[in-house]
Amino acid sequence: MNFEPIIGLEVHIELSTKSKMFCGCPAEHFGVSPNTQVCPVCLGLPGALPAANKLAIENCIRFGLALNCEVSEFSKFDRKHYFYPDLPKSFQISQYDLPFCINGKYESIRIKRVHMEEDTGKLIHTNLNGKKVSLVDFNRSGVPLVELVTEPDFRSVDAVVKFLKEIQLTVRYLGISTADMEKGSMRLEANISLRVKEQESKRVNELPDYKVELKNINSFRYLTKALDAEIKRQAELLEDGKKIKQETRGYDEDRDRTFSQRSKEEAQDYRYFPEPDIPPIRIGELKIKNLKFKFPELPSQKRGKYQKLGLSANYIEVLVQERARADYFETALALAKQYNISEKEIAGVMVNQNLDGKFAEPAGLVKKLVELQNVDYASQADVEEAIKKVVLDNGKAVKDYQAGKEQVLGFLIGMVQKELKGKGKIELIKETLISYIHGR
Amino acid sequence: MKTPLTINELYTALKNKEYSLVELLDAYFARINANHDLNAFITITDDYAYQKAREMQEVINNNPNAFGEFPLLGVPLAMKDLYLTKGIRTTAASRVLENYVPAYSSTVFERLEAAGAILVGKTNCDAWAHGSSGENSDFGVTRNPWNKDYVPGGSSSGSAVAVAANMALISPGSDTCGSIRLPSNYCGVTGLKPTYGAVSRYGVVAMASSLDTMGHITHSVEDSEKVFAITSGPEGKDSTLIDRKYQKLTGENKYKVGIPKEFVEQGISDEVKSSIDSFANWLTDNGHSVVEVSLPNTKYAISVYYIIQPAEVSSNLGRYDGIRYGNDRSTFGMEAKRRIMLGTFVLSSGYYDAYYNKAMKVRTVLIEEVNKVFEDVDVLLAPVAPTPPFKLGEKAADPLEMYLTDIFAATANLTGIPSLAIPTGFTKNNLPLGIQLMGRKFEENILFSLGKKFQKQTDYHTKTPQS
Repeated sequence: MNFEPIIGLEVHIELSTKSKMFCGCPAEHFGVSPNTQVCPVCLGLPGALPAANKLAIENCIRFGLALNCEVSEFSKFDRKHYFYPDLPKSFQISQYDLPFCINGKYESIRIKRVHMEEDTGKLIHTNLNGKKVSLVDFNRSGVPLVELVTEPDFRSVDAVVKFLKEIQLTVRYLGISTADMEKGSMRLEANISLRVKEQESKRVNELPDYKVELKNINSFRYLTKALDAEIKRQAELLEDGKKIKQETRGYDEDRDRTFSQRSKEEAQDYRYFPEPDIPPIRIGELKIKNLKFKFPELPSQKRGKYQKLGLSANYIEVLVQERARADYFETALALAKQYNISEKEIAGVMVNQNLDGKFAEPAGLVKKLVELQNVDYASQADVEEAIKKVVLDNGKAVKDYQAGKEQVLGFLIGMVQKELKGKGKIELIKETLISYIHGR
Repeated sequence: MKTPLTINELYTALKNKEYSLVELLDAYFARINANHDLNAFITITDDYAYQKAREMQEVINNNPNAFGEFPLLGVPLAMKDLYLTKGIRTTAASRVLENYVPAYSSTVFERLEAAGAILVGKTNCDAWAHGSSGENSDFGVTRNPWNKDYVPGGSSSGSAVAVAANMALISPGSDTCGSIRLPSNYCGVTGLKPTYGAVSRYGVVAMASSLDTMGHITHSVEDSEKVFAITSGPEGKDSTLIDRKYQKLTGENKYKVGIPKEFVEQGISDEVKSSIDSFANWLTDNGHSVVEVSLPNTKYAISVYYIIQPAEVSSNLGRYDGIRYGNDRSTFGMEAKRRIMLGTFVLSSGYYDAYYNKAMKVRTVLIEEVNKVFEDVDVLLAPVAPTPPFKLGEKAADPLEMYLTDIFAATANLTGIPSLAIPTGFTKNNLPLGIQLMGRKFEENILFSLGKKFQKQTDYHTKTPQS
């Protein structure tokens, strides 16, 4: 049988705001020594109360808007309860039934919701004085976390990778997170099930009656391997006519296999209820307009623009991969206009020679290109002088050209260029040569 | 030396150099020692207090404007042991936090300390503020100073007793369903339950977050207002606070006072009923009008409260999981366990809509009903509890009976309105009686204005027990 995967994603993105979600502690925690960025609020001490980070909420909404979501006019936080040593309050402040953003769409992928929550602390399992211990680092506790949930709209692993790369890029363009998977600022969970391919089944629109949740995916490479392994596992089971259990699984990279972590029966009851310590939040039309007004150009918009400039797909992708580089390109473009330097030329030296790496400022790059232009190209007078000489010396070739042998022109241009020691501008030589021959 | 009954009295004595702050504390600690059997305190902070007293005495001696700059200069203060006090053990009267020394202080304590008040100790209360009688402390029952066989009322039992028996001049408590008003009522002192959103809850061990309010107990309404002016207003840490500066009322206003008939029709003792009647008479004698009003849905208040409150309790107590704070979950008492289980149940999937969600809907109906009544009247007059103080152990075996003690308290907490409990007399057994005045949100000033006027003409609040 021929199966197709049905995949939905949950993506967690740590926002790079200056302070944490509900207190004033610094949010940047990577490589910081343990438990140095903590306070009563993020340690969940008795009596501590959360005060929501406005900028984090705004950034969550901007992210939702970038994914074409509707913004909830009325929203609130909820408490999600479970016991774990890295969760000091025994609940996580999250959003349940009224997330900030809902019903988005990104290309063909429907976005179910984008909501705001807080990150947990981090457990470190290690040896201390010869004893196995688990330590808790609360620096990460309370860091703002955005969760994006898609509908199960992916039909291939490639589509998943492509979408995630685009999400990562979008987040970076918005400047709201580094979305670095290795550092844990972007984390994934995927829901996977298989169904018989459309052309072989009549029940096209029906989703399978199970899904397997794949957790703790921390790089793109890992993601592809884990998804492939899980799809293979499920296909084999289905081929054998077996039923697949709804459960949570992890991925063992060494054995290239997924393994069961938690079954459906052990599913938690999170006992959600509205967070009484944070009043509900109203987001007005005006606020949304303001947030939209501050929007940068997103990767998709840049791509469209560069296509219109006539850049090749290859060049476009390289430039778009970093917002700073795309911005550099555009600034250089604006500066270069007056010097008759083309878009392709700038893109070319950036992509092929990494010249933008050599010049911190776009103005430096443009100056360099202008210098090259001035130094290298022979003047109009020199070109005319060289043409005169070449035409005199190559009477036969000129006659052939006049008789209609157009390909001879290339030879003549070559001769002029030789005369100019390679400093002639081809366009200029060609133009001048043609008019000279015709003028004779 | 006679301990003062009001801040004014204290200031006059200090200004006249009748005693020093150290001598003042000597007097208070003498009373604390003499009344050890009342069990009003969990922790006595004498070293800390004397150190502070010496510092404040310097201020009095050297700063001619000392009393202007420090509105509570030298005021002996006892904090309910739910308020975190940096470096000073805070137990919530539970064995779970038996050895917990907090790393930070509650906003209310910080403000009172900055105003010059001196902490003499942390007061006993029902563990986690769960209780109506003061009998549910893991540190032993607190006794009523008017008669040691009777309960002082809870949960801020120690705070009311400390003020009533002159072991402190002011004492902040917390009121989630009468926990300030009830012990004030049973001990013959003045208790304020402020508007939800007026006083910061930051740094106070949370019971039920959407109902908890941080008020205080004093002898006089005048002092209650003084303390409220200091403790109220936002500080950026409690997001539920509304930014309103307290405005004291001046001049004489005439108010329309409503008596909710559901609160006086049945189920209250004759003596409680007659306190309402005599206060109503006092009101009309002073030119205010008194009318009967109806709040039919308040009959659901206690049911709603006993769903929402345990739900929030189960959430707030989750953090005492045995990993931090010393003692593990087995040290929770029966009442806390009962509420954790009840709350966990009503929040469980499949039951949430039937219980929690429904209770929240009824709460909204109640709020609307109360708002509607306040379109007609300015103040509500009601009993604090159905009966005067009861005997120790009388209701301890029956939690439901105990819960009903709070039947008249729940409305103010569920709707967020302020309420002021004032002593208005004594039973034939010489136990305190009183009433509560409820107002519109953020209209504490009207309650204070009425209360001050009443206390100007009566002396119930100046009576102190013989102990």
